[in-house]
Amino acid sequence: MKYFHLIWAELMRRKTRTLLTLLSIIAAFLLFGLLDGVRESFEQAGNSANGAKRLQTGSRLSFIQPLPMSLNDRIGLVPGVSQVSYANWFGGAYQDPHNQIFSFAVAPNYLDLYPEIAVDKAQRKAFEATRTGVLVGEGLMKRFNWKVGQKLPLQSTIFPNRDGSKNWIFDISGVISATDKKSGAWFDQMILLHWKYFDDSTPYNTGQVGWYVTEVKDVNQADRIAKAIDAISANSDHESKTQTEAAASASWMKQMADIGLIVGSIMGAVFFTLVLLTGNTMAQAVRERTSELAVLKTIGFSSHSVLWLVLAESVLLMLIGGVVGVAIAGVLGPIVSTASGGAISVPPIGLNSWSLGLGLMIAIGLLVGALPAIRAMRLNIVDALAGR
Amino acid sequence: MKRLKSFARGLAVLVGLAAGLIAWSMLPWPALLGLAALFALWMFTTRGGRQAASVAGVGISTLSQRLGSSSVVVIGIAGVVAVLVAMLSMAEGYQQTLRRTGSDDSVIVLRGASAAEVMSTLSLDSINVIAQAPGIARSADGRPLASAETVVAANLPIKGGAPDEDGSVQLRGVGDRAFDVRPQLKIVEGRKFESGKREVVVGSGAVRQFTGMQVGKQIRLGSELWTVVGVFRSGDAMDSELWADAEMVASTYRRGASRNSVIAKLSDAKQFKSFKAALAGDPRLQVDTTTTAEYFAKQSETMTKVIRVIGIVVGSIMAIGAVFGALNTMFATVATRAREIATLRAIGFRGVPVVVAVMLETMLLALLGGLIGGALAWLIFNGYTASTIAGGVGQLTFDFRVTGELLWSGLKWALAIGFIGGLFPALRAANLPVTSALRAL
Repeated sequence: MKYFHLIWAELMRRKTRTLLTLLSIIAAFLLFGLLDGVRESFEQAGNSANGAKRLQTGSRLSFIQPLPMSLNDRIGLVPGVSQVSYANWFGGAYQDPHNQIFSFAVAPNYLDLYPEIAVDKAQRKAFEATRTGVLVGEGLMKRFNWKVGQKLPLQSTIFPNRDGSKNWIFDISGVISATDKKSGAWFDQMILLHWKYFDDSTPYNTGQVGWYVTEVKDVNQADRIAKAIDAISANSDHESKTQTEAAASASWMKQMADIGLIVGSIMGAVFFTLVLLTGNTMAQAVRERTSELAVLKTIGFSSHSVLWLVLAESVLLMLIGGVVGVAIAGVLGPIVSTASGGAISVPPIGLNSWSLGLGLMIAIGLLVGALPAIRAMRLNIVDALAGR
Repeated sequence: MKRLKSFARGLAVLVGLAAGLIAWSMLPWPALLGLAALFALWMFTTRGGRQAASVAGVGISTLSQRLGSSSVVVIGIAGVVAVLVAMLSMAEGYQQTLRRTGSDDSVIVLRGASAAEVMSTLSLDSINVIAQAPGIARSADGRPLASAETVVAANLPIKGGAPDEDGSVQLRGVGDRAFDVRPQLKIVEGRKFESGKREVVVGSGAVRQFTGMQVGKQIRLGSELWTVVGVFRSGDAMDSELWADAEMVASTYRRGASRNSVIAKLSDAKQFKSFKAALAGDPRLQVDTTTTAEYFAKQSETMTKVIRVIGIVVGSIMAIGAVFGALNTMFATVATRAREIATLRAIGFRGVPVVVAVMLETMLLALLGGLIGGALAWLIFNGYTASTIAGGVGQLTFDFRVTGELLWSGLKWALAIGFIGGLFPALRAANLPVTSALRAL
């Protein structure tokens, strides 16, 4: 650390070049920050402790096939189950049938199973008291500029109302906010309505539910309980399939696209370019300073200190650029999410991304600094001073 | 005063550059050819041009001495172009697959306000009414070319997944008419299913996605076992589906006599308006009518947009990084050649030829980078198969498509990066005071 001013002076020797190199490093790590956030949110989907404690039971035939209501009590009797809730797709859309919104008709105790969903106490009371009440995600409220208390007209792309039309009118009774913003981006974008009201109003759903959500007392028993639940309806005409919520969302994500591969190859291309760029700059900087390094050695710096000085310089350069880049990504992410109207959601950058990023900065810094540093270490004082 | 002047000049260059880039992004290729021809003409006929050519010649012939730093420009730009073209080709492939599925002279009729086929239901009565609507083409035996189809999402084990891991596939229950409505669909292996039997034919995309899709094998759909009897190919979104007899699908999934949609061939694309009006005016019906072209275009709209936006954002950030890399390299090049350039200027070469020469060198490197990047994207990604959930129900398999148009836009990006990366170092070279440059080093 006592040579910090020396390293700094070396960095500032050619301000333009250092600045330009910094800017490309910033660009690369900005990209890294954005992409890694996306990759992580794919990996983490449903992977929370709560996700592992919840089981999802749907029809084995297909996820759009409903299950009979009678299963509710029978699932509740399976040993190890602490709570059962259920929900249906509602298929809501706002203004245009193509403007679809994640909307579910849910049982009264649905929220109890989701500690990740925070609803103001008074608002939840209001929701429970209003037959036509809905809870709306924070993100949606902002996106469409809705207010609590207003009427909300929705179309359902699946279920007609009792009068045969697709138009439903709800009352917004409360706002859903995710307790954990990082993994809860999803809860921000949904609407919950009363299953009872839904079931009473649409002639197409007579006491059927889309899927059951079960909370287990002990995570380690989840597999056994899942098998026990499926055994209830084995060989019936409504066979079910139960898996942990984490497993369900992981397999769903996997089907979306092989995001990991695509993101990985982009990052690979970016870093390859980056290593080349900085490596070249470092090599140039050392080449230019040959005589100065020779002077350093003459006045008593050991070969190893020179090596470390050059390495420290390249790591420092990488760290400055990298930290600024990831920080900008942290600021830019939410802006992109808002600008795209929720179509693209870039999650905030978490601890994992930061540590991975810092690790990469140091590793790349050492890598690109290595060649010039070794060159500097092996410098022959007499030759270097003579300009050979 | 002097600083103010140089600041104003810098500002003017920036504004000009921005305007130039906007114009550049819209430039069609014939215009570029014209520009190149004009430039060549200038180069060979005027004195300044000839000077520029000879300076550039020197620079280019000594490129091999600066191999390390020049390759930074080339590889940096190649990376940008490869990533950009790959992302855009993904969007293109996705969109084309869905676009090709539809046509202007066929229509899809769904229950009103249904966003996708799987969400719609049509009763038997409605189906009969729709089939009798005016404008529908008729087969040789005089029956209307309208196919009522059932669409369900079925769970099947995916290839390479865990033993209990299921993917979602679109299972379509059809009658004979379905094949008449889609003439592009051909059975390439095995045979068609027989009606009244639990037999399925599978699309070539589904074969790649799910296990057990070989002719003769049995698969579990719903609570029953079905036999795979054939493989079909149609080159569009249908390739990702499984087809079986409508009656059997409806009974397995308890759909009764209702169907999800009616697909009909019109006798002429111009009949669409009257066909739609006839259905809308019928009090017995509450349906949405769209041409299949429009329906599938709408289905692909959001996803295509998202992929494109991501591609362009990622490409832009990388491009910015590459511009700084190019700037760095070219500034260094100018610095190492400062004495040479100053000498040229001292013996009477003017500023413009020097600027042009440095620019030319960078653009050449950029062109090379663009070509390499485009070639890489083409080699790796053209025809690369990806899949995603589409229409909310089933996996859709599609190929990346690296089209000439995408390669061209990648090349334009490359040249633009080269232009910016070369411009400022070139201006610096031209403005270097001759005396101090000669004294330098």
